[in-house]
Amino acid sequence: METMKVNDITANDLPWKIRYDASRCTLCGSCVAACSFRAIIPKVERRRMVFSEGDFPEPKQRFSAVPVIRQAHSIKNYCRGCGICEKVCPNDAIGPVRNVDSRHPIVTRCLGGDSIKRGGRKNLEGTTRTLDRLRVGRISQMTDPSLDAQRHTFDMLAPFGRILPSRKLPLGVSPEGLLQADGQTPPVHWIYPVIIGDMSIGALSWRMWEAVAMAVAYLNEECGLPVRMCSGEGGVPVKLLKSKYLKYMILQIASGHFGWNRIAKAMPHMIEDPAGVLIKIGQGAKPGDGGLLMAQKVAEHIQAIRGVPKADLLSPPNHQGLYSIEESVQKMFLSFNAAFKFRVPVAIKVAASATSVSVFNNLVRDPYNIVGGFFVDGIDGGTGAAHEVSLDHTGHPIVSKLRDCYLAAVNQGRQGQIPLWAAGGLGKTGDLAADAFKMICLGANGVFTGKLILQMAGCVGNEMGRCNACNTGLCPVGITTQEPALVHRFDVDRAAQNIVNYFLAMDQELKKLMAPIGNSSLPVGRADALVATDRAVAERLQIQYVC
Amino acid sequence: MCRIGAIKSLNYVHPSQALLLMQSQQKGHDNSGFAMVMHDLGGIFEGYKHLPTLSLACTDEGLKIAEDMLHAAGFQRVLQWVPDTSQQPGLDIIAMPNYVFETFDYPKHYKKAEAKEKEDLLLDMRLKLRKALEKDELGFVYSFWPDVLTLKEIGDPKDIGTYFNLWEPDTKFTAKVITAQCRQNTNYDIVRYAAHPFFLQGYTALANGENTFYLKNVEYQRKLHRGYIGFESDSQCFLYTLHYVHRELGWPLSYFKHVITPLPFEEIGKREDQASLLAIRQSLAHLEINGPNTIIGVLPDNTLFTCCDAKKLRPVVIGRSAEMVVFSSEVCGVNEILPDRDWETDIYPHEREVVAIDSSLEVHRWKQ
Repeated sequence: METMKVNDITANDLPWKIRYDASRCTLCGSCVAACSFRAIIPKVERRRMVFSEGDFPEPKQRFSAVPVIRQAHSIKNYCRGCGICEKVCPNDAIGPVRNVDSRHPIVTRCLGGDSIKRGGRKNLEGTTRTLDRLRVGRISQMTDPSLDAQRHTFDMLAPFGRILPSRKLPLGVSPEGLLQADGQTPPVHWIYPVIIGDMSIGALSWRMWEAVAMAVAYLNEECGLPVRMCSGEGGVPVKLLKSKYLKYMILQIASGHFGWNRIAKAMPHMIEDPAGVLIKIGQGAKPGDGGLLMAQKVAEHIQAIRGVPKADLLSPPNHQGLYSIEESVQKMFLSFNAAFKFRVPVAIKVAASATSVSVFNNLVRDPYNIVGGFFVDGIDGGTGAAHEVSLDHTGHPIVSKLRDCYLAAVNQGRQGQIPLWAAGGLGKTGDLAADAFKMICLGANGVFTGKLILQMAGCVGNEMGRCNACNTGLCPVGITTQEPALVHRFDVDRAAQNIVNYFLAMDQELKKLMAPIGNSSLPVGRADALVATDRAVAERLQIQYVC
Repeated sequence: MCRIGAIKSLNYVHPSQALLLMQSQQKGHDNSGFAMVMHDLGGIFEGYKHLPTLSLACTDEGLKIAEDMLHAAGFQRVLQWVPDTSQQPGLDIIAMPNYVFETFDYPKHYKKAEAKEKEDLLLDMRLKLRKALEKDELGFVYSFWPDVLTLKEIGDPKDIGTYFNLWEPDTKFTAKVITAQCRQNTNYDIVRYAAHPFFLQGYTALANGENTFYLKNVEYQRKLHRGYIGFESDSQCFLYTLHYVHRELGWPLSYFKHVITPLPFEEIGKREDQASLLAIRQSLAHLEINGPNTIIGVLPDNTLFTCCDAKKLRPVVIGRSAEMVVFSSEVCGVNEILPDRDWETDIYPHEREVVAIDSSLEVHRWKQ
């Protein structure tokens, strides 16, 4: 008997245990080949077999070496529960089972002397989402008839860009009694109220990024939905920068300024303006943290686009040189506005936090009318890589913070001047239309979403700790990896098709929600259309309580 | 459903005409109230067109408070008219003790003031009076403006007419523009302020229907102007938007429709004036209305106009003779007032149209 070492890692210490039935296994090797984490390995076991060959029982025993599949007992190659082995097994012989007795958070830190990092979304669950406590409660009837979602036309567009207060509009009355523009106004684009959130070309595989870009182009050009996608911080391929499809892209710049050297160089060759510029100050999944792209994901083409060597790429949490909202952001906004000759709206993205309303208030009063949008991102937002402690324990829910920002604008009579865009766990249950509609009623002009887009494309991760390995570069479905073998698992066309279909379904559902409240344009701030089944939620959001 | 109507005439008209216009549509409303605003006054008020008239329903105590406040502010009363009321038993009316229509001369130091200064003074005075009389419902101040008179009451319109002796025409109490509505609003409590038409600084508006963007409108309007208060009815917003667009922003009336029911983006994109239409749609998104309604409005120059929601879910018809134009929810109302008109020239405004009648009764029609 071997000496027992109690500190050795066993499957029971890990978050998932592999269920394996040797009697069903044909040893085809598919599961081992498919496991991107190397969490299962082939092994040889010495097996004792009792047999009898004569007419009467005459038991004999035989020992033989038998190949089997075993779980790796390694903190590096632990099973993420992605279920790819189960997916590829022809005989249902293998699959992951959640281990409720996992010691993973302890042993990982003990052995690694480092913080646990992962992708995905916040994993501390336990309460019903606020949005699920809200219902659309004001239904038009009789004198105020509901609309017909199939027949009526709906104006489902949201502004992206600074809106001037009516008294500041440069409009004069001509001798013929017509209003005429006699001055410049900030650029405003009216776009679909759901933006595909900022996921960088380094975080996603090149095929996934291509799938999203393809879906966006298709939605715009074939389906008539002016959906925009945000590039994320990592820059954009030069070919795309010089193409007509740039008009569907919102270029993001974060503190690392990754990829902007190329963007700046491509400017003279751009035949279209980008849809906007988004300055990322903070994000909801890991507020107060910068960007994080592990070296294993920094493939050659990422190095080229970002202009960096293969190394962990960390964006600092703050923009160097941005020390006050008034001076620094204005300076930055002015430079980006000027770079695109004041034709492209420039917005800002912050993490929902106790301080985000202060930032919003400050920007609303911006005398240059240059802040083109306020993107607020809540704690349930997803990320490609973050320290687990940040994901689980920092951040602020989006719903009340969005409402705070809207009501702050209402109190100043400035609602709508800086369009509010909200995100962070929207579509978490799969029903983005309902979440988006409720957020719009609470005051958002539109929403943005990232994680759900990945799920549309086939991401198997969930909020219960399944997979969430976006940071490792070993994404088993080829979405957040640059490993060619894994990326080739990914079907670009199918993913693009899924995204397009989801948007079409969601568009129909949004109409199905707008019609019963009798609105043909987006019900921004129509909190009277909502009711809450929870008194605390009702009071906090200033909407009607029902029971 | 509310029934609304309006008369604009070259000659002075008695309110009995408005009562007839509304009463003929009696099956379409619920007998819960009647209200009217008269512009361009005749009869005993004809000689005082330049001086403001206060329209007040109040208790004895309320009357004293109001008069004391006006005198303290320097206003001097030049005319008072108290309608004879017939307090017969069985009338369906929840009446106030006093109905007072008083014309005042401006305070001495305002004699040489600019028109705008005087207009602001009148608004502030009305707001102050309203605030002072609000407690314990001492009184309701409907309008305080030159050449305008307002009457609102809760009850059966027929009985309200009887109570105020309005069924019998006379030449003492007349106007060239009268707007009227039957039915109290149902969205909130029945209060006198909630009855249409609503009035502010020379602008009158009344509407039938709903405003599903009421909350958006109110939240925005509250910060736009000190006069935008009350919001006892969801359609009060229409008046404030009219006032804001036409008076505060100084835009032509035709743009009111662009604000309340903007064109779809697709159509804006095809227009030559898309820059200004987009700017309006962007900056005044919170003044947009959604929901079925027909609006009738009067401007300070006594122009009368009407327009509908963008889906044309509420009816309105305009009938004309050489001397009179009548707006009505139902054609039977026009038939009652102008039985001999050429009904083939009646106008049924469409969902993108504004129809305005100027002082010479010329009809202006604008397609949005």
